[in-house]
Amino acid sequence: MAGARRLLGLGLVLLILGLAPYMLSSYLLALLTQAVISAMLAMSLDVLLGYTGLASLGHAAYLGLGAYSVGVLTTQYGANFWGALVVGIVLATGVAMVFGLVALRATGVYFLMITLALGMVVWGLAQRWVSLTQGDNGIAGIPKPDLGLPWSFATPMAFYYLVLVGFLVTYAVLGVIVRSPFGQSLVGIRESESRMRTLGYHVWLHKYIGFIIAGAFGGFAGVFWAYYNGFVSPTDVELATSVEILLMVALGGRGTLLGPTLGAGVIVLLKNLVSVYTQRWLLILGAIYVLTIIYAPDGIVGAVKQLLRGGKAMALRVRAIG
Amino acid sequence: MGKKSAVVIMGVLALLACAAPGVVWAQKGPVKIGVITPMTGAAAAIGKDMVNGLTMYLEQNEQQVAGRKVEVIVEDSQGKPDVALTKLRKLVENDKVHVLLGEVFAHIGYAMAPRVDEYKVPMLYPVIAADDLTQRKPAKWVVRTGWTSSQPSHPFGEWVYKTLGYKRVAVIAMDYAFGWEVVGGFQKTFEEAGGQIVQKLWPPLGTTDFAPYLVQIRRDADAVFALMVAASSLRFPKQYQDAGLKARLPLIGGGTTFDEFVLPSLGDEAIGGITPLIYSAALETPENSRFVRAYRTKFNKVPSYFSETSYTAARWINEAAKAIDGNVENNEAFLAALRKVEIPDAPRGPIKLDTYGNPIQNVYVRKVEKKDGELWNTVIHTFPAVSQFWKYPPEEFLKQPVYSRDFPPCQHCQ
Repeated sequence: MAGARRLLGLGLVLLILGLAPYMLSSYLLALLTQAVISAMLAMSLDVLLGYTGLASLGHAAYLGLGAYSVGVLTTQYGANFWGALVVGIVLATGVAMVFGLVALRATGVYFLMITLALGMVVWGLAQRWVSLTQGDNGIAGIPKPDLGLPWSFATPMAFYYLVLVGFLVTYAVLGVIVRSPFGQSLVGIRESESRMRTLGYHVWLHKYIGFIIAGAFGGFAGVFWAYYNGFVSPTDVELATSVEILLMVALGGRGTLLGPTLGAGVIVLLKNLVSVYTQRWLLILGAIYVLTIIYAPDGIVGAVKQLLRGGKAMALRVRAIG
Repeated sequence: MGKKSAVVIMGVLALLACAAPGVVWAQKGPVKIGVITPMTGAAAAIGKDMVNGLTMYLEQNEQQVAGRKVEVIVEDSQGKPDVALTKLRKLVENDKVHVLLGEVFAHIGYAMAPRVDEYKVPMLYPVIAADDLTQRKPAKWVVRTGWTSSQPSHPFGEWVYKTLGYKRVAVIAMDYAFGWEVVGGFQKTFEEAGGQIVQKLWPPLGTTDFAPYLVQIRRDADAVFALMVAASSLRFPKQYQDAGLKARLPLIGGGTTFDEFVLPSLGDEAIGGITPLIYSAALETPENSRFVRAYRTKFNKVPSYFSETSYTAARWINEAAKAIDGNVENNEAFLAALRKVEIPDAPRGPIKLDTYGNPIQNVYVRKVEKKDGELWNTVIHTFPAVSQFWKYPPEEFLKQPVYSRDFPPCQHCQ
């Protein structure tokens, strides 16, 4: 039975992720923590990119809004985890609501450019609103998360579990959303907007809500990102970060929740482990992206699915993203 | 089981496979030095200079420190704080280094300091000049062997007013901690001597097109104080000259505006620039002449202060390790030894640490001049044994806030 098998598979995955701290060195655990947070971020973008078919190059803005909320509130106002979390999510959601109104006036490449510009607006604010964000210096000394619970989250292992909880919440909620009729409508919009319109769906509203959901979860991930680094700076919000998130989704496999998770893991590993051996790691990363786009446009997940299906030889497909 | 789950399981197993915990039983193995600097990105050339300085010293010292072999692990911070923090984690948790060294940018220095304190592994900052790291926000495990941003500016401010006779100066400086602190130090002593800062412009870090700022510079000032770093230092002098300002307003500034790092790439537009710094490649002492000659022969370029401070930092590690008989595994003892090191004959002159952990050293006022077709920072004045607090008692100095965009306030700006 597919349902039971899936549950078993999920259980096994959770077991492995849950036991990871006991099997990994502290450095690899740190990388895994980073990968899980990046996975949350990538999943949030996938709602927009994979399910709705809207490629955004400004997603780091929401990461930044969540992260800076933590940065400012914990260092200047002594806020605890919950306060910073709520403000981070509310801020990211609010900004997504405003940005969505602007960006969704366009589609395709134009949408891409507008989201890029909006992302740069947030970056510009982070860099120049020095009295609030400390500008290029960034905000250092973010304390370990204080949840007001009897056990501390200061140790790497405890923090990893906190992040894992955040990841599971994201996975569960987004999972429910994408499997719901609403989520299916998003997929329909991705496949053919005009057809959905003729069927009577309010296409713009669907896209807008999808945009807001993506932004909200982006902020959610951003909160964990700030606690992980203990530091937040404009580099977290710059274009290169947005591109990296996009690539995580593309590499892993858009239109699934698993794909971005895998993509995030691969990219975090590659960035950190490959760069130890060569200064040309960027070249290697670039080559992987290019090869993926050409030979596995549905990302790793798509490629593996095809292999497991015992598929024919993979044909060369040229498919633009978005 | 579901195909998706199969994929995830394979992925996670692959990750765990990499985790192969090699239990290396460490006897008296090599002394491991972890170096974090930008090796790619905008500051890559600076990172290279630092690594060159370090490796040259180790080579001259037969690849050993206090009688033990040395292993240097260089990690690329890419000039990004989060990458630097990740590499820091790797060097300490994975590679188990005994001592760390490096970085260029003040904001990354501030980001790493709390982490270094958590790890209790000593880290040398030969370049990072963020004032507060040895003033109001000292980190126990950070040993600053370089300088503070405002250290050369303090004597320079007075000197400009009294010796150069400039009374009104317009400032254009990079908008980040290093820029604020260099300017702050200059402003404090310049205005206390009787001068006036009449304007402050703050282009963002990394600006390469200064046109919007150059048109704003007040033409009624006596001189312009410019604080540029890295790529901006390369672009600024030419644009300053092209805007017609060089002919009218003499250019002074922070040491990094004209340091040896950028001089080879500049042309005659740089001639006449007067800046203070803790080093000049043109310094005519036997130690420095030897150092410059060796560096030039090996790397085919003139050493910058990045090279010198890293070279001296390597020596610093050696001296401290010798003082504890090579027992660098004892991190508390190693840290204590690092803080007691005194070097009377570094290429840049005599250095020792003050009680707050910052070097007391010479500050040189240099002027860019052309010699044999090359640009050099000729030393025109030396301030001996300058501390980070200049002539102020430390407790008094620490009562004022750290130099920032708004401190000291620009009372004479329009």
